[in-house]
Amino acid sequence: MTAEQFVFVVAALITLGSAVGMVTSRSVFVGALWMIAVFGGVAALFILVGAGFLGIVQILIYIGAIAVLILFAIMLTPRVMGDPNAPRYNRQWPLVAVMTTGLAAVLTVLVLRTDWPLAQEGTPVITGFAVELGKGFMTTYILPFEVASVLLLVALIGAIVIAREE
Amino acid sequence: MKPYAVIGAFFVVGLILPLVTVIGATLLSPRKPNPIKGDIYECGLKTVGETWVQFKIQYYIYALIFVIFDIEVVFLYPWAVAYNRLELFALVEMLIFAGILLAGLLYAWRKGALSWV
Repeated sequence: MTAEQFVFVVAALITLGSAVGMVTSRSVFVGALWMIAVFGGVAALFILVGAGFLGIVQILIYIGAIAVLILFAIMLTPRVMGDPNAPRYNRQWPLVAVMTTGLAAVLTVLVLRTDWPLAQEGTPVITGFAVELGKGFMTTYILPFEVASVLLLVALIGAIVIAREE
Repeated sequence: MKPYAVIGAFFVVGLILPLVTVIGATLLSPRKPNPIKGDIYECGLKTVGETWVQFKIQYYIYALIFVIFDIEVVFLYPWAVAYNRLELFALVEMLIFAGILLAGLLYAWRKGALSWV
């Protein structure tokens, strides 16, 4: 086993194990903490396949911000925080079971039917992805870049308008 | 893979250092527990009421504003990395980008969303 394979197995086990922990934990809050470990494992997998920038973004946005948002949302919800031993199932669970089984079946078929090509010798490796992205933002994709700023502004104002109206 | 070996080494050292601290403290510290020492406290004060309580909804706005500026950082990062290969025009573009979000920050400030509750 090469070092890369070893790191992959460890990262994949952490990701899958944390995912199991997330869906089986009794408390939603503990589940959210497991989810952070899943995000970390996915970030490691991103870095492993050479998408270093995506890995950093995964850590910065998902672990740094989205996880905080979800933990806040849980801590601000009275029913969850009031009763840590609240029932784990509601009456919609059979429907969810059917849907998730179907999704898992579709994904399994897709993974099995996809031909996964290995990188040949001499395949160009993307180096300095962030640099290329930065150049792209400043030249070809300047309009989407500035529109993203407006989108963030809209999200910010919308959040304030909704949250301040009590 | 080579450059990531450094990150891997950093990761391992980052795991070992806190473990050494925790295990070292467990091995070296004398243990004389009494009810007052074992009491639950927060910020030096005794806790009041239950721990699992609903927090104030106003805190959510801080998290939301944080997420938005975190995403702004992700946009700033490629720009900063590519900075010395770009024209002066790129600086103007980034100032426009940051300026639009600065307007949002000013709006949040004026609305009192940044004040402590």
